[in-house]
Amino acid sequence: MSQNVVILGGGVGGTMVANHLVRTIPEEIRSGEITVTLLANEQKHTYQPGFLFVAFNEGHMGQFERNEKALLSPGVNLISDNIVRVDKDAKKLHGEKGVYSYDYLVISTGSVPTFDTIPGQAEDSHNFYTRQGAFQLRDALSKFQAGKIVVTVDVPHKCPAAPLEMTLMLDDYFRVRGLRDKVDITYTYPIGRVHALQSVADWALKEFENRGIQYETFFNLSEVDTRKKLAISMEGSELPYDLLITIPTHRGAKVILDSNLGDEQGFIPTDRHSLKMLGDDHIYVLGDATNLPISKAGSTAHYQTETVVQNLISELHGLSPRAHYDGKVVCFLESKMDQASFIEFSYNRPPQPAVPSEMLHWFKLAYNEMYWLFARGLL
Amino acid sequence: MAVQADKMVDARGSFCPGPLMELIKTVKTAPVGSVIEVLSNDQGSAKDIPQWVNKVGHELVYSEDMGDHWKIAVRKVK
Repeated sequence: MSQNVVILGGGVGGTMVANHLVRTIPEEIRSGEITVTLLANEQKHTYQPGFLFVAFNEGHMGQFERNEKALLSPGVNLISDNIVRVDKDAKKLHGEKGVYSYDYLVISTGSVPTFDTIPGQAEDSHNFYTRQGAFQLRDALSKFQAGKIVVTVDVPHKCPAAPLEMTLMLDDYFRVRGLRDKVDITYTYPIGRVHALQSVADWALKEFENRGIQYETFFNLSEVDTRKKLAISMEGSELPYDLLITIPTHRGAKVILDSNLGDEQGFIPTDRHSLKMLGDDHIYVLGDATNLPISKAGSTAHYQTETVVQNLISELHGLSPRAHYDGKVVCFLESKMDQASFIEFSYNRPPQPAVPSEMLHWFKLAYNEMYWLFARGLL
Repeated sequence: MAVQADKMVDARGSFCPGPLMELIKTVKTAPVGSVIEVLSNDQGSAKDIPQWVNKVGHELVYSEDMGDHWKIAVRKVK
């Protein structure tokens, strides 16, 4: 009798797990002993780091999108359905089009930018965390000639390098346009330094001082006064703005919240090493969907893929899952329009950012293209 | 440590987002009056968590050095 692996979510984690799994056990896939089904609610696969480049008109959305079907190995059975409930006791997924049974389930449903938790935010802010937001910000920036730009950061959010990248690139963007002396840029951050990583914060602080970027720490946005155009923090600060760019809080996917699989915010309690859902022996979780205290980023899902695939294969073969995820995350950090840094860390290895260079910027741009090879499981 | 925490956040090994942002995330959705305990192996937490708690007006319940990590609890008061 065949064993069914069902993967929920067609983003970075789901696509990589599906492809790596079928490429690692091709005979069992061919014979039908093991089936791999990917359930995705969108036909398009989006490389979300591209939104930052779109916002600065440095890239076109088409560069960052592919059809999910074209990314998957032939052994993966892709079903387009919106799953509305996970019944882990019955080991079934209920979708709008059908019901799907699994022996092992991999959840990679990501996280969702959420704008309605802060009064005024949805009405009067820009963002680069959604497709539509990136387009609207691109248009707003292209028309912006003078005034105050404020960047706020809510928690949790995906891609922790992105708020800094946006701010540093804003500085460069307006310098190139000869408008920097007419544009005030203020960056805010929830904790007492300008980035979570001390080494990045130390580096960024020097950049801010050299480039005349204002900053305020311990700033957690609690309200946007759309009439007075003020960004108000829970710590009691008020910052006037002409253009407000917010990094919104993120929630787990609706199906996770509706199925009571996650915490209050919809993130699934997950073992930090095995990546198994706590309390369920047949579910693995990766990427933004976990409640792990690590960066919500594509690279996290990328490095977790290997652990999930190895553990799944062990279980499918009746062995104990022994692969351990060590918390590895890697990210690029664009520091100018033509310069970038690179950071790598894990649960036990503190990060040390590389000296920013033009070469790393080009490597980042090359990665934007190479991503599709990683997603296909070819690299 | 007579106070019982309502929720525990194990932020050990978290460089990014780090223990304080994990705490802020949890405080934001917790009911007023609840106590949240954070486990952190970041030396800086013993300083920056009380600093934020004081700034925003919540209450520091305890901060204990457990040898290889810190155990810090915060009560959400508003």
